[in-house]
Amino acid sequence: MYRIRFHGRGGQGMKTASRILGTAFFLEGLEVQDAPRYGAECRGAPIFAYVRASRSPINERGIIRCPDLVIIADDSLVTVPAAGVLAGVTDQTFMLVSTSEKAVTWSHRLNFAGSILTLPTPVEITDRMELRFVGATCAGAAARLCGIITSATLEQAVREELTGLPSSVIERNLEKALEGYTLMAEHEGCIKEKAMLSAEQYEVPEWINLPFEKASISAPVIHSSLTSELMPTGLWRTMRPVIDREHCKKCWWICSTSCPDGAIDIDADNNPQIDYEHCKGCLTCVTVCPSHAIQAIPEHKNPTSEETGS
Amino acid sequence: MTRKLLTGNGAAAWGARLAVVDYIPAFPITPQTEIIENLENWIDNEQMPARMVTLESEHSMITAAGAAAATGVRVFSATSSQGLLYAMEMLYTVAGWRAPFVLVNVSRGLSAPITLEPDHNDIMAARDSGFLQIHCADCQEVLDSVLIAYRLGEDERVRLPVIVNLDGFYLSFTREPVEIPDPQAVAHFLPPYDPENIRFRASTPISQAVAVLGGTPYSYFRYESHLAAQKALEVYDEITAEFAEEFGRPREALESYRTEDAEYLFFQIGSFATKAREAVDRLRESGWAIGLLRPRLFRPLPEKHIRQALAGKKGVAVIDQNLAAGRGGVLYSELASVLFGHANMPGILTSFIGGLGGRDISTEEYFEMAMVTRQAVTDGEAPSPRLLYTETELREVQKLQAIANMERIELGAKP
Ligand code: SF4
Ligand code: SF4
Repeated sequence: MYRIRFHGRGGQGMKTASRILGTAFFLEGLEVQDAPRYGAECRGAPIFAYVRASRSPINERGIIRCPDLVIIADDSLVTVPAAGVLAGVTDQTFMLVSTSEKAVTWSHRLNFAGSILTLPTPVEITDRMELRFVGATCAGAAARLCGIITSATLEQAVREELTGLPSSVIERNLEKALEGYTLMAEHEGCIKEKAMLSAEQYEVPEWINLPFEKASISAPVIHSSLTSELMPTGLWRTMRPVIDREHCKKCWWICSTSCPDGAIDIDADNNPQIDYEHCKGCLTCVTVCPSHAIQAIPEHKNPTSEETGS
Repeated sequence: MTRKLLTGNGAAAWGARLAVVDYIPAFPITPQTEIIENLENWIDNEQMPARMVTLESEHSMITAAGAAAATGVRVFSATSSQGLLYAMEMLYTVAGWRAPFVLVNVSRGLSAPITLEPDHNDIMAARDSGFLQIHCADCQEVLDSVLIAYRLGEDERVRLPVIVNLDGFYLSFTREPVEIPDPQAVAHFLPPYDPENIRFRASTPISQAVAVLGGTPYSYFRYESHLAAQKALEVYDEITAEFAEEFGRPREALESYRTEDAEYLFFQIGSFATKAREAVDRLRESGWAIGLLRPRLFRPLPEKHIRQALAGKKGVAVIDQNLAAGRGGVLYSELASVLFGHANMPGILTSFIGGLGGRDISTEEYFEMAMVTRQAVTDGEAPSPRLLYTETELREVQKLQAIANMERIELGAKP
C-alpha cells in the first residue's frame, strides 16, 4: 500500500492536491482512499490530507500514522507542533519540502536520517497565500515519486478534480502539476508500496487505567480571559468592517452590543472602536448600524492591515 | 453503472437522488452539510426533481419530514450529533406515526466538551426511538443502505422511519471508489412508493397524534411498533437477498468476516470495523483463528444471527465507540443480553471503549485486544472493561491541565 500525507495551510490547496493524487492512482487502476483533516476551518490554519492507494481493497482507515511520503507545502509549519508534520516519521520516510532552503539544511535542522527532497520556492515570499498553486506542484511531484502514474494520467486527474473552474485556473494548475512531475524525474519510483503491519512483532500499546480525579480538576473548564484575549482570532477575517466617523452618530450601543465577538468597545467620547485583533469579519455590525456608518472592505485591499498586525 | 471516488456524504446524497425522493427538509450541521449541498446543487440544476425546504431547526425538520411522509410522499433528511438530539422529541413522535422516511445521521461526538469528530453516542441516544438503524462501514455501503432503507421502511409489514448511520470524517469526508448503480436498476429494486392508506391531506384533517389515556391503547400502539421493528429483520433479509441479486453486493444484517473456523471474534459496528477486518487478516497471517462480527442492522438487532455465528466460539472482544455514563459500552450490554441463558455461547466477553470523539484505534490495539481476550479465555475470567487510552495521551492532557491550573492561579483561585 502507498501511504502519503500532505501538510499545508488552509487556502494552499492540500485537499485538492490529495484528490488529484487520489484520482490519478484510481485512474491507474488502484483502490484509493483520500481525505482532508481540518482543525479550524479557515485560511491560514494548518490542515493536512492523506492518500492511501493499493492493488487490493483498503481496510485501513483514518489518519495515516506512518506515512511513506510526507509532503510539506509550507515549511513554516515544521515549527508548529499542532500541525503534526513529523508525526510517525521514521528514517524510512521520504520528506518532500516546498522551501527556499537546501535539503541538507532541513536534514540538520530536523536531525532527520531519512531522505529529504525539495521543491524550490523563490526566496522572498512575503504572502504565503501566493503559494496557492503549490498544491498542484506537490500533487504532480508525489505522482512522479510513486512511479506508477503517467503524466497523461496526472493531467486527466487535474482536469477531473478542477472541473467547473475557469480554464485559465485549470491550465495554471496543470502547468504547476507538470512542473512538479518533471522536477522529480530523477527520483521517479523512490516511493514503494509498503507491506502491512505484522501481528508477530508489534509495539504493544502502553494502555493505562485512567485515574479518577475530582471535578475541580477533571471538568473541562476554559478560562476565556486568558486564552481568547491572547489569541489573535482576527487572522480569520476576509472582510474588514471600517467605521466612517463622518457618518457615525455615536449611538454608542448598537454595533457594540451586536458584535458576537465583543470586538467593539466604546471609548470615553462615545466613539466605537473595533478591535481588529479579534474581529472575525462577520459583518453583523455593518448590517445593524442604522446610520450605515460601517463599511465592509476586502481584507487584502486594506492598506492598514500591516500596521494593525492583522 | 459508473465507479468513481465519492465521500460518504456524496454517497448518501447519491442514495437519495437514485431513490427519487420527493421532499427534503434540511438544516445544516457539520459534518453532514455536504449531503444537503450536493442535493441542493442537483435540484438547482434540474438533475433531481425533489423539493427542498430549509427549516429553522432539526426539531422542525423532523416534524416536517414526518408530516410530509404522512401525506404519502418519499422523504429524505440528514443530520448529526447535537442536531439529532435536538430533534429527539420528534424522533419518538414521528416513529409513532408509522409514516416511513429515511434520515441519514453522520455520527459525531456529543457536547460537552464539544467536538466535530465522530463517536456513536449521538446515534445510541436514538436507539429506543422506534427508528430502525443501519450502520455503514464504507462509502459504498452508505449509498446501498439508503436504497435498502427505503424498501425496508416502506414495506407494508414495517412502516417505520429508518436511520442510516455513517461516521463523521472517517466516512463523511473520506473518498473511496463507489459504484453508482444505473437509475433503471435502482427503479427495478426500489419502485415508486406505494403508501397504501397513508394519505394525510390538508382538506381532510385526520390526527396522527391521538391522545390515549388509561394505558391500554397506549401499550397496544407502542408494542405494535416494537413488533413491526422486530418483523423488520425478516423483511431486511428478504430485501438484501434481492439487493444482492440486482447489484451483486450482499448486505446481510450481520457481517461475518472470516468467522467460520474462528475461536475469537471482534464485535463492532460502523466504519472502524474495517480496521478490525484489517487486524483479522494480519492476525490470521500469524496463525490466529479470529474473525469479525459486525451488525449492519442495529435496530432491530439480529439476535438469532448473532447467536448462530457465536455458537461454540471461545471469546469475543466487544469494541464500543460509545459510553453510557455510569454503565459502560452499550454494545457490550446488548451482546451480553443476547447471549445470556443460551447454550453453547462463548463464556468470555471482553469490553473495550475506544474511538471516543474521533480518537483513532490503531491496528496494534486490535492485536492487543485479541491477546487480552485469549488470555481471559485461558484464565476463565474477563478483565474489567478498558478505555483504549495510552500513557502518552494522559501526559498530553496533564500538560493542558498544568496550563489551566496556572491560569486559575493567575485569576486568583487558590492553587
Ligand atoms: S451603530 Fe453605527 S452609529 Fe451607532 S455607534 Fe456603531 S457605527 Fe456609530
Ligand atoms: S465584523 Fe463582526 S466581529 Fe467584526 S466588529 Fe463587526 S460584528 Fe464584530
